[in-house]
Amino acid sequence: MKKDIKINIHHITRVEGHGNVVIDIKKGVIKDLRLEIVESPRFYEAMLRGRKYDEAQHIMSRICGICAVSHTSASLKAIEDAMGITISKQATFLRKLAFHGEMLQSHILHLYFLVLPDFFRVGSIVPLAASHPDAVKRGLRLKKLANEICYTIAGRHIHPISLFPGGVAYTPKESELRALRKRLEESFEDLEATLELFKTFKIPEYSEKREYLSLKEEGEYALYSGKIQSTQKYSAKPKDYRKLIKESIAPYSTAKHTKSKKGAYMVGALARLCNNFNQLSYRAKKAAKELSLTAQSFNPFMNNAAQLVESFHCTEDAIKIIDKLLSAGIKKEELKKPKKFGTGIGIVEAPRGILFHEYTINKDGIVTDANCIIPTAQNLQMIEEDLRGFVPTILSKPKDEVVKNIETLVRAYDPCISCSTHIMDVSFV
Amino acid sequence: MKNRNKPKVAFFSFTCCEGCQLQVLSCEDELPDMLSLVDIVNFREAIDEKRDDYDIAFIEGSMSRTHEIEEVKKIREKAKIVVALGACSATGGLNCLKNRFPMEEVQRVVYGDKAKKYKHFDTIPARPIDAVIPVDYYIHGCPITKSEFLHVLKSLLLGKKPEIPNYPVCVDCKMAGNVCVFEKGMTCVGPVTRAGCSAICVTYGCICWGCRGLVDDPNIAAHEDTLKRYGLTVDGVLRSFDLYGGWGRHKIS
Repeated sequence: MKKDIKINIHHITRVEGHGNVVIDIKKGVIKDLRLEIVESPRFYEAMLRGRKYDEAQHIMSRICGICAVSHTSASLKAIEDAMGITISKQATFLRKLAFHGEMLQSHILHLYFLVLPDFFRVGSIVPLAASHPDAVKRGLRLKKLANEICYTIAGRHIHPISLFPGGVAYTPKESELRALRKRLEESFEDLEATLELFKTFKIPEYSEKREYLSLKEEGEYALYSGKIQSTQKYSAKPKDYRKLIKESIAPYSTAKHTKSKKGAYMVGALARLCNNFNQLSYRAKKAAKELSLTAQSFNPFMNNAAQLVESFHCTEDAIKIIDKLLSAGIKKEELKKPKKFGTGIGIVEAPRGILFHEYTINKDGIVTDANCIIPTAQNLQMIEEDLRGFVPTILSKPKDEVVKNIETLVRAYDPCISCSTHIMDVSFV
Repeated sequence: MKNRNKPKVAFFSFTCCEGCQLQVLSCEDELPDMLSLVDIVNFREAIDEKRDDYDIAFIEGSMSRTHEIEEVKKIREKAKIVVALGACSATGGLNCLKNRFPMEEVQRVVYGDKAKKYKHFDTIPARPIDAVIPVDYYIHGCPITKSEFLHVLKSLLLGKKPEIPNYPVCVDCKMAGNVCVFEKGMTCVGPVTRAGCSAICVTYGCICWGCRGLVDDPNIAAHEDTLKRYGLTVDGVLRSFDLYGGWGRHKIS
């Protein structure tokens, strides 16, 4: 179909932060296509300079309300790497537990609040509360439990408190962990019902081969540690991340764009799943099968399915971690003290993908330099490439349908725009 | 409850992490009731609808760009009641850490030497919204607490003035049964910071960072002396107050 269409979606809704999509099509050919990130830049890397090392995780958590535990964790790992701190086994388990809480909270929020309305063709979860009250209540129950994992370990989810350089500053009671474990077990019923619901939704047919980048770890589905792995058969140690990822600024975006040595790449739930499929938990693999998700899935819309599969994995793994903590016995522990100063790197898998923090800390414990690469910024180039590939396939539809489809594609990436607008030192293209 | 007279509520977001809006969405038990009492007409993070006829505007985020000031002024014109939602909006919050440096410098550090060529990297010293518009009520904290948000919303719906604590975090901390951080060999700004958070940061093993801003009439000089007595250097004292108090200290017009 050779038609002229101008699309200008101002402030896409049901995504975190402010973004616009501008597409200009002349005679069926895309002349211009931009995902404009118009979020106000916040300059965290600059702001952190001159602050004390044990304030860094507190400050950097505030990069994002949704991924606060991830930013805190990456920050702590960077601080601890720079200062020669190795935290205890118990502290690692507690941090991983909080991490699962965040992953669940973020995925559930996305699936129920932001994605579900698209499938029912309504503008938000509000009308669904009347038309599909059971689904909405289920979403709220799952989200509440996810939040409560974080409350139990870290005091709260948005800007966790107890996750501190040297370990975890609060010791949960065994009774709290037992209560949490029971509720996690009970939540499989809600997850199964979620799976039944999402299985009925028709996913747009659009599949393009792409490079996925994520962490990969021996012996577990990598979320909290590991090496950097590409599906293009190369990998790198954490300290070499700068060799792998090149950043540039775009004249229409306050978030930087990134490329790997192969070009645009995708990060997030689908990328993790394709890199680490065999390490998923039992129920997660089963859910993947039911959703027809494999390690060779190249449909970006399937990112939502991958989030649901990971929700099963995180719930099962959280139960395993609680069992390990309970069988070892929870003890009150002192925070480990710094042994040196220098530069450190912290890499974790945030809900939206691989997240890098790097700090330099001087002999007085003051941060002199900081550098972060955010998942959503890494996905921007790929979202644009997907729009270029996807939009021509839907041009026969009425314009408002085209707009809705575009929004659904952008939303499938679960972009977190506030997060993405304060990246680091730049190489200009 | 008849639907047609439901008050219309809008949520807006400026320079921030959107964590305070997210706290609103985290009121899982109360959301269904909330939706039966008010019409939410603007909440970009969660709903498609965008309408301009609202009675109450909850505004999160600081002002850090000139166009944000224009936008917030328009919101003020339309809303009957404006509530600052969270530290960034109420006191400037962490964003004001940026104000310690010249704006050209922060731009260059993050986006590189050529950043000044592009207008979309422009930034002004961060400030709370009451630096540019009158604000009716404040919900403090980084992030806000769910209970305080619900308390303020309920009060406004009942036509009452919401009560916000004006005593120091130390009171909350004692009620929570915490050991004072000064006795544990650490220091904090709790004695001059506005309570209302149940001293949750101390309960979970940390210190009060001061996110809820100062109480009215704080005795800063006395607390500075206390911090020095407990071993903080002059720099350390300044840093303690700077984290969330940057707007007061580095005010730039």
